[in-house]
Amino acid sequence: MARYLARRLVTLVGIVIIISVGAFYLIHLLPGDPATVILGTGDSPQNRARLYAQLGLNRPIIEQYFVWMKNVLHGNLGISFISQVPVWTTIRAALPIDLEMIVLSQILSFAVAIPLAMSSAKRPDSWLDRFLGAFSFTMLSIPAFILVVVLVLVVAIKLAVPHTGVSSYVPLSQDWVTNLESMALPSIVLAIGSVTVYYRVLRSDLIATLQQEYITLARSKGISQRRILWRHALRPSSVALLGTAGVNIGGLLAGGFIVQYLLDIPGLGYTLVNSIGLSDYLVVQGIVLVVSIGVIVINFVFDFLITLVDPRIARE
Amino acid sequence: MSSSLELSELVEEATEAPDGRRLGVLFWVCVGWLALNLLAAILANVLPLPNPLTQDYNAINAGPSLHHLFGTDDLGRDIFSRVVFGSRVSIEAGLGSMVIGFGVGAPLGMLAAYRRGRFDQVLTVVMYVVLAFPAIIATIAILSFWTPRTLLKIIVVVGVAAIPLVYRVIRTATLAVATQDFVVAAKVQGASDTRILVRELLPNVAPIAVSFLLIGVATVVTLEGSLAFLGLSVAPPTPSWGNMINESRTILQLNPWLALFPSAAMCLFLLSLNFIGDRLRTHFDVTEGKL
Repeated sequence: MARYLARRLVTLVGIVIIISVGAFYLIHLLPGDPATVILGTGDSPQNRARLYAQLGLNRPIIEQYFVWMKNVLHGNLGISFISQVPVWTTIRAALPIDLEMIVLSQILSFAVAIPLAMSSAKRPDSWLDRFLGAFSFTMLSIPAFILVVVLVLVVAIKLAVPHTGVSSYVPLSQDWVTNLESMALPSIVLAIGSVTVYYRVLRSDLIATLQQEYITLARSKGISQRRILWRHALRPSSVALLGTAGVNIGGLLAGGFIVQYLLDIPGLGYTLVNSIGLSDYLVVQGIVLVVSIGVIVINFVFDFLITLVDPRIARE
Repeated sequence: MSSSLELSELVEEATEAPDGRRLGVLFWVCVGWLALNLLAAILANVLPLPNPLTQDYNAINAGPSLHHLFGTDDLGRDIFSRVVFGSRVSIEAGLGSMVIGFGVGAPLGMLAAYRRGRFDQVLTVVMYVVLAFPAIIATIAILSFWTPRTLLKIIVVVGVAAIPLVYRVIRTATLAVATQDFVVAAKVQGASDTRILVRELLPNVAPIAVSFLLIGVATVVTLEGSLAFLGLSVAPPTPSWGNMINESRTILQLNPWLALFPSAAMCLFLLSLNFIGDRLRTHFDVTEGKL
């Protein structure tokens, strides 16, 4: 187990290093002199000097990476030349909102997907199973941005439910009840996408597990269906589910971008889109770095969870 | 599974009508819908459609009518025409990037699975490292820095991001076939590597490849929509489904048609792709088909 995790950790560090190289190199994709493009209208001798100190632009490119990396490791992602705010400050303000959205949507997703998958797997090919299969398949084909537009139209505009519309975000620190209300719609949108995926993965694994002999034995001992599903079948069926969840949450970050942007929720995605619009390249670079590393770490955590569920995986 | 199950399947297979009917009516409805979309996109210039950029000042935000089938947008442009022309961006992005992804990923995946050894090991490690990258974020990042943005750049970035995914799927599919007896038999008979790859392995991998390709196109169409919302897709006034849905947000109450029609077009297109892809996969994959 420890060896397995150590090996995964080494891979993790390797990938983070590669990501940092990628994020660093982004500014060199800009057409022309990166300093001129990044500074934009803020091109003054002081700003130029500040940018050169941050990025080491007058040095060879390999040295530039180490200058930048050293700054990054000190928590210095540069200062935005548009807003005059340090990039890290901007990210630190936005990040908790993304985390809240993901946690809420995932609690919701598992709470819905697990019982649904169980009721399907209990009787495959029943009308309920067929209906859920068709329904989840349809939902799988509806992009998050269309769901948001439709839900805003129906819930916020037609039904006029308070605190669900565009720009109704209230920070958690201000009023947690209103905050939860304003986070409901985006969390539900993200959850719908996750539920369909989780439901399908868990359903097919549960069906396979329920055909195992130890389940037949448990049945013959007279153990209730509910207990068999929750205590005997769920754990061995959830390896693929956890793997999918790890990958899915990474995808959610990107899907969350759109949802945040559409609903004016000032998370990382919202900030990213605005920064792209303003050509605020240092902020974009910082967010890309932080989010990429976040995704990798989430994958690592889920790999770890899988080894807890099925320790045999770590032994291989 | 039990032998009785296999037997019943064999009987079923023998008594079933030819492949065509087993795929189901819905399958062919989806194929027809895709064909219609494709045809409309190709022939958009020839069809009797109003110019998607022409503004009709007498019909701003008009509802559907005989003159404008799907109504008009806030600039008086014909929504039906824009939906048809907009499908071009989605289809081009989807197919273009999959051409890159499959063009590179599929041959490499087949070769790696057939050759095995050092070649396979090195390639697989490289691909898995690339896969660990959050592809969507990398795409957004590259497109936001690599200005000016064009459809070709989107296709290239997404296509390259798809290579490791295609590689993994095709490699796994080939591995399952490459060890089977008929491949060994071909080798014993002295068939060349090229012949085995093309004549023995390819026909067995192709169905999985096609179904994955369709689902890949669906994913890219969704991605193009997302990029449009981030302002990273083709620049207005060029219509794309994503652009149109994005533009509709500000006037949702005033003109719901503008959101409805491109959304419906996109959803139906995605649903057809996913359905066909999924059907093909279960049709050719015996183990999954049993569930």
